[in-house]
Amino acid sequence: MADKESNNCEVNREVRHLVSMANDIADNLGFRAEAGDNSAERIADHINRFWAPRMRALLLEYAAADGKDLSAALLSALEKLKT
Amino acid sequence: MSDIQQPLTQLRILDLGTPAPRDSAAQVSLEIDGQQVQVDAGTSVMRAAALLGINVPKLCATDSLDAFGSCRMCLVEIEGRKGMPASCTTPAEDGMVVNTQSGKLEKLRKNVLELYISDHPLDCVSCPSNGGCELQDVAADLGVEETRYGLQGLNHQQAAKDESNPYFTFDPSMCIVCYRCVRACDDIQGSFALTVDGRGFESKVSAGQMESFMDSECVSCGACVNSCPTAALEDKAVIEMGQPQKSTVTTCAYCGVGCAFEVETRANDQGADEVVRMTPYKDGRANEGHACVKGRFAFGYTSHKDRITKPMIRDSIDEAWREVSWGEAIAFTASRFRQIQSEYGRDSVGGITSSRCSNEETFLVQKLVRAGFGNNNVDTCARVCHSPTGYGLKTTLGESAGTQAFDSVDKADVVMLIGANPTEAHPVFGSRLKQRLREGAQLIVVDPRKTELVNGPHIRAAHHLQLLPGTNVAFLNAMAHVIISEGLADEDYVNQRCEIPSWEDWCDFIRLEENSPEHLQAVTGIPADELRAAARLFAGAGNAAIYYGLGVTEHSQGSTSVMGIANLAMATGNLGREGVGVNPLRGQNNVQGSCDMGSFPHELPGYRHISDANVRGLFENEWQVKLHEEPGLRIPNMFDAALGGVFKGLYCQGEDIAQSDPDTQHVEAALKSLQCLVVQDIFLNETARFAHVFLPGSTFLEKNGTFTNAERRISRVRKVMPSRSGKEDWEITMDLANALGYPMQYSHPSEIMDEIARLTPTFSGVNYAKLDRLGSIQWPCNEAAPEGTPTMHVDEFVRGKGYFAITGFVPTRERSTRKYPLLLTTGRVLSQYNVGAQTRRTGNVVWADQDLLEIHPVDAEDRGICTNDWVGIASRAGDTVLRAVVTDRVQPGVVYTTFHFPETGANIVTTENSDWATNCPEYKVTAVQATKVTRPSEWQKKNAAFNRRQKALLDKARV
Repeated sequence: MADKESNNCEVNREVRHLVSMANDIADNLGFRAEAGDNSAERIADHINRFWAPRMRALLLEYAAADGKDLSAALLSALEKLKT
Repeated sequence: MSDIQQPLTQLRILDLGTPAPRDSAAQVSLEIDGQQVQVDAGTSVMRAAALLGINVPKLCATDSLDAFGSCRMCLVEIEGRKGMPASCTTPAEDGMVVNTQSGKLEKLRKNVLELYISDHPLDCVSCPSNGGCELQDVAADLGVEETRYGLQGLNHQQAAKDESNPYFTFDPSMCIVCYRCVRACDDIQGSFALTVDGRGFESKVSAGQMESFMDSECVSCGACVNSCPTAALEDKAVIEMGQPQKSTVTTCAYCGVGCAFEVETRANDQGADEVVRMTPYKDGRANEGHACVKGRFAFGYTSHKDRITKPMIRDSIDEAWREVSWGEAIAFTASRFRQIQSEYGRDSVGGITSSRCSNEETFLVQKLVRAGFGNNNVDTCARVCHSPTGYGLKTTLGESAGTQAFDSVDKADVVMLIGANPTEAHPVFGSRLKQRLREGAQLIVVDPRKTELVNGPHIRAAHHLQLLPGTNVAFLNAMAHVIISEGLADEDYVNQRCEIPSWEDWCDFIRLEENSPEHLQAVTGIPADELRAAARLFAGAGNAAIYYGLGVTEHSQGSTSVMGIANLAMATGNLGREGVGVNPLRGQNNVQGSCDMGSFPHELPGYRHISDANVRGLFENEWQVKLHEEPGLRIPNMFDAALGGVFKGLYCQGEDIAQSDPDTQHVEAALKSLQCLVVQDIFLNETARFAHVFLPGSTFLEKNGTFTNAERRISRVRKVMPSRSGKEDWEITMDLANALGYPMQYSHPSEIMDEIARLTPTFSGVNYAKLDRLGSIQWPCNEAAPEGTPTMHVDEFVRGKGYFAITGFVPTRERSTRKYPLLLTTGRVLSQYNVGAQTRRTGNVVWADQDLLEIHPVDAEDRGICTNDWVGIASRAGDTVLRAVVTDRVQPGVVYTTFHFPETGANIVTTENSDWATNCPEYKVTAVQATKVTRPSEWQKKNAAFNRRQKALLDKARV
């Protein structure tokens, strides 16, 4: 039981890490983004090109379940992520 | 492949006496001893004679140093001229008629030589340099065996030896005061540590101001020892073991400069070859005969008693190790990995390729992961150093590598050095840079710390922009702002070579007031006037070159900084010729190579994305296996996935992730959670304490292969002795692949290189026969460039038009707070290398035997800290204890340390923050507090106990 708890805690840490990584990508690629530009594509493309499928799945799972820590720029890119 | 059966032996290159003239346009013809010769104008008579095969006797002359004209041995007669000029200092002229041999010359030379040996021990037989002494050779050539002057007069024969340096001895009784050591220290190394004290008979070579070598400014590069014509400066190993008998040219296994060396060996009593010394190879293009204290002397680790030479296994990390046969170790590993994959899925295992192993060996590990494991979970140490370089340069220029050869710096007028400390971390390049600076090139140093190049002997930076850690992008944007707003850009170059829409967007962005140096000086800490002056100097130079290191990449915006650097170079037209360029100084010997070889989870060899079906098809056809089209896990994500319970097996080739990766406690927890950790290394490193399988690898002396240095130079590594473990590293990977049911059959690394060449367009022209013929090759090497490419992007960029990326400054989350008011940044010292596994096991510990914390006097005084005090350093990730050095090398608010010693645990305090694009850790910025303490940290105590336990478990294997 104790093992399971620590595992859960680490899963959370993993998700937390992915969320901050994704926000960093959005902050950098969405820098000075304007409505109608292609920053959402660039953010999604970066994550699709460099993240393993499991990492993308965990991010999308978090977005569906909670998502409160995701930046606006990142949220705009989520639907373009490969699943 | 001639070297396979017969190593290059006795490869002594003729010393032509004086260097070739630089950039000589005209030729002159002259006659020497009745033979006609045509040479470049500016060539000395001595060199012209040597080119004809005529050996003029010499003692103070050597072609690695400018002529000095002091020994009076090389006198010649020139028709129509009075007297007998020294041939080393006399330039050859058109129509000159020279005699190098006559009765009169011989008499004069003999007399001079007799004077020399009247104050020199004549017992050649018992001298360590016997057979390797130029004085002895000249005496033999002239037939001088004794001196008319006798040995009774005043002399220096009782002078005391200086044995303070761990690697060489200075014996003044052998010295002929030819100044070669002094000139080598000044002109080649640039340390100015040696002088000749006194005049006339009192002249004595002296380190520092009559100090011992160890107490002086000497950095033990060995240039003086190499240049000494007698036994005055001699390797201790030569004194103890005798003159070497055989020499093999190979490539250094330390930093990314990739110096060529001759490994000089001698058979021991059992007939086995032992290394006597390593001497820098004059024909090596990366180093041209120079070396540093690591490559030249610190090879003792290769035969250290800590080497593990037998495979070992254990079921859990609380059990004792068991020594087993290679067959059992490989079968054990294969069955564990198969079992893990059947239980947890194909993606539950992965591998790490070593930036210290050869190209062939890293290629095989990524092949094993992709083809044998069936996933793309492969990564390499470049993740934690130069992955942003790969991303940034690929995005802007189209290729993930530096643009120049090292000798390009000889043509630079202004050098901007950002976040790099080459005199410590890339010493041989550092010396080359210092040579160029002494010739008059200007230097801009951008570094939070005062490094040697800011103000060193005969070197002073025009500008030291002492920015705060974490503000590189703000600095680069401010530089660009000045260049664009003051109209200093090279618009013709940009119009011709770059993508104009990206240029226009970038200019609009960079012109914004928020990027002005005045606006940003509060962020960067760089006074706006100074930054403007530096930008004007950089943009106004004929040739401006940027060199950068981990101070650029190891940040949350590492990739953005690299793109900012490329933008500056493109905007000022400083790419595509010699003397300019974007030059990453890469850390480890083969980190460029490991990246080239497809060690990243998203890229196949040659930086081609795994999602590209055409490229994948090429590999699938060659490897006869279906490849996975999605990127795999990077190292930090492997750790996360391990703690998430889905990643269970890791094959780690020659990298000490437990010491080198950030946030040690997180890394250790991840390693502990693995069901099978396989460590392939030469020592039981920090990571191996968590391992279930230990596969003993080979050092660079024990295998064949190639390394690729920071200038894309592929150089041969040649086997000089059998592997102590019985297997070269590529053989271990091959065995493991075969045991996993994925067949690999190679009988020599050259066959692996042939496969790399078949699959990688930038390597298509590379093979071992060509490497032997040319010495080294800078990739791309293919039909368009059959002998390689020293300068990249000459007519167009690899991506076609250069791309200006928008480089918005996004401050790091890591900033000083009330709880953690200081910013910790990290770096290297000269004598130690990376995690120190090699250098800590050599005499180099006399220069540095612990990591130290540099702290500014103001911050130290606030905390009551004095030099040598124990200081606790705490961040939100963890805390550790090390000794303080109070110094103004760091600015107030910034502290600095190195990570060479595992007991320090510098990475206990570094955090999980990383570069947004590549996840390269933000080693260079951690908010910390420093306090005076009296005892080690809790982690250090626990770590020490864990070490003792693991040592006991190892000892059980060895009884």
